[in-house]
Amino acid sequence: MKKLIITLIAALGIVTGAHAAGADTLAWDKAPNKLNDLPALQNGAKLFVNYCLSCHSAAFMRFNRLRDIGLTEQQIKDNLLFSTDKVGETMKAAIDPKQAKEWFGANPPDLTLIARSRSGHGGTGADYLYTYLRTYYRDPAKATGWNNMVFPNVGMPHVLWELQGEREPQFETRQENGHEVKVFKGWKQLSPGIMTPLQYDAAVGDLVGYLQWMAEPAQNSRVRVGVWVLLFLGVFTIFTWRLNAAFWKNI
Amino acid sequence: MAEFKEISPNATATAKLVNWFDNRFPTAGAAYRDHMSEYYAPKNFNFWYFFGSLAMLVLVLQIVTGIFLTMHYKPDAAAAFGSVEYIMRDVPWGWLIRYMHSTGASAFFVVVYLHMYRGLIYGSYRKPRELVWLFGCAIFLVLMAEAFMGYLLPWGQMSYWGAQVIINLFSAIPFIGPDLSEWIRGDYVVGDATLNRFFAFHVIAVPLVLLGLVVAHIFALHDVGSNNPDGVEIKAGPKDANGKPLDGIPFHPYYTVHDIFGVAVFLMVFTAIIFFAPELGGYFLEYNNFIPADPLKTPLHIAPVWYFTPYYSMLRAITTEMMYALSLILVLAVLFVIVKTRASGAVKGLLVLVAVAFLWMFNAFGFTGVGLLQGIDAKFWGVVVMGASVVILFFLPWLDKSPVKSIRYRPGWHKWMLAVFIVDFFVLGYLGVQPPSPAGERISQLGTLFYFGFFLLMPWWSRLGEFKPVPERITFAAH
Repeated sequence: MKKLIITLIAALGIVTGAHAAGADTLAWDKAPNKLNDLPALQNGAKLFVNYCLSCHSAAFMRFNRLRDIGLTEQQIKDNLLFSTDKVGETMKAAIDPKQAKEWFGANPPDLTLIARSRSGHGGTGADYLYTYLRTYYRDPAKATGWNNMVFPNVGMPHVLWELQGEREPQFETRQENGHEVKVFKGWKQLSPGIMTPLQYDAAVGDLVGYLQWMAEPAQNSRVRVGVWVLLFLGVFTIFTWRLNAAFWKNI
Repeated sequence: MAEFKEISPNATATAKLVNWFDNRFPTAGAAYRDHMSEYYAPKNFNFWYFFGSLAMLVLVLQIVTGIFLTMHYKPDAAAAFGSVEYIMRDVPWGWLIRYMHSTGASAFFVVVYLHMYRGLIYGSYRKPRELVWLFGCAIFLVLMAEAFMGYLLPWGQMSYWGAQVIINLFSAIPFIGPDLSEWIRGDYVVGDATLNRFFAFHVIAVPLVLLGLVVAHIFALHDVGSNNPDGVEIKAGPKDANGKPLDGIPFHPYYTVHDIFGVAVFLMVFTAIIFFAPELGGYFLEYNNFIPADPLKTPLHIAPVWYFTPYYSMLRAITTEMMYALSLILVLAVLFVIVKTRASGAVKGLLVLVAVAFLWMFNAFGFTGVGLLQGIDAKFWGVVVMGASVVILFFLPWLDKSPVKSIRYRPGWHKWMLAVFIVDFFVLGYLGVQPPSPAGERISQLGTLFYFGFFLLMPWWSRLGEFKPVPERITFAAH
């Protein structure tokens, strides 16, 4: 029986091992955690409204929810409302969906929940987005002139290219287990952007932080409430434990 | 009607009130005594006996949170996904109610699986508790339907395609299959009609059945009395002056305070998941389900939620090759019966005929390429195996032939059988989550054979080995 268990566990190892080795795309970078950094989230919201909202919607997100990250309704009205004049409205895209489909081949997906839906074996959805927005490169073979390392043949052009500049990935060919494999080595900057690479990473970090917050605006208060609930239950458990012991003492 | 009882005018207000009700509604008092204050449960319940009451707790939580969810949820293909996000964002504390309900679904299966495993290790389904077990199995089956239909309601990609795949399974049934699956969907694809009927079933029809079965389960249990870790009948043991078993103890207050402690510990785990990891790594809320359902975009990898994956694995294990293996097992079994038993020639001949018919249906002669010999596709048998993997649980009381109930007094290697069974169940569950792979397919086929071997060969193996003597009374050390 022991042997059988060991065999089964070993077999499980083979299956999972094979699965892990199958992932040949670029590993996702860890996104910085900005969920408690209000200035970063506000900067992310600004980038989101300026760069993303023209084509993507956030159909379940209301503008006035941005009060949760420290903005006043007046600030939201003055700085972030482009597609509507009511702060109670949800974030709709400026583009007409029919046109979008014609231009990009697919309707740009709604971004409200993108940080949740993109999670996977490689990491959280935030990790994915943080890597995705930093690995665009020039590819003359594509209609838009852009391609991406974690989303090959992506329909979206590099919207943030002015900030990052144009880049090209460098590969080196190596012998691995008797096969020639192309290994990603680093980037070659073709033309500089407005931002330095460090500034750009920080800006994308803010934007991804905002997307992550927008996917579940209640998540910070959820964790805060949870701590109190668990503290209460911890004390409650002690009481119920002693109560039980008192009843069973003479049994 | 019971005798009208007068009470002394000097009695306390509480006693008067109780008496007033007792004279007008004696049923309530009798039920309280039968099921709580004078229901005698064995003293030696251990950790495993928490999960029945916890299943009740989760059932109540699901009903209450479900009622609040329906106040804002819209069963409409165009509005369902958005209404769930509305609950998550705009309804005050809506996120909490929704996470309680989604975590509760998984918690329900966790406690029910542990509850069933308790029955398995202590032989709680054995005579005279067969009916308790049958009601329990029916609850499990109905719970699966409830969970499956509830999972469609958020109308995400996984909801949609999971339902599409499972309903399509019915189309593998010969002759009526395609019409049957269309009838279930109410459309050619999963659509608005499907969502509406699943909503109706999920919020009222199935919960009603579930509640009725739970009542039957508990009434039947309280009629025959609870089993215990020793598998000893406390009713057969010594009794006190009032005819109450000495090894028993009133359920209330002793097991109510005991269960409240269990509830507190359970709630710590449950709320930790709700507040700190409501997705639980994509197992309780799948990542793909945060994308609205899109009938034109099939996800790369469709898998049911974790609690269905062991059965899903068995479904996927049934390939054409596997059918040849099953055909071989059938032939060997028939040969064994013919050689080893003393049945008459006519019976044996009939057996061979039935076996050949099954071999034909199993498509065992499919390799010949002759049209007339073509049997039924392996896909159908996969569905049969998946159904059988749950239905076989109903037969457990008659499959187990062990002379003792509890695992405590069964041979050591029986414990190993149960342990391997659990490992097998986990491995099948794990493989069901993963995308198909050649190695995974082989392992799930072995796992399927072990799963069914465990049950179907139980009348044989459960008798074997050296059994320990069962004590006269329960083993209980005073606290």
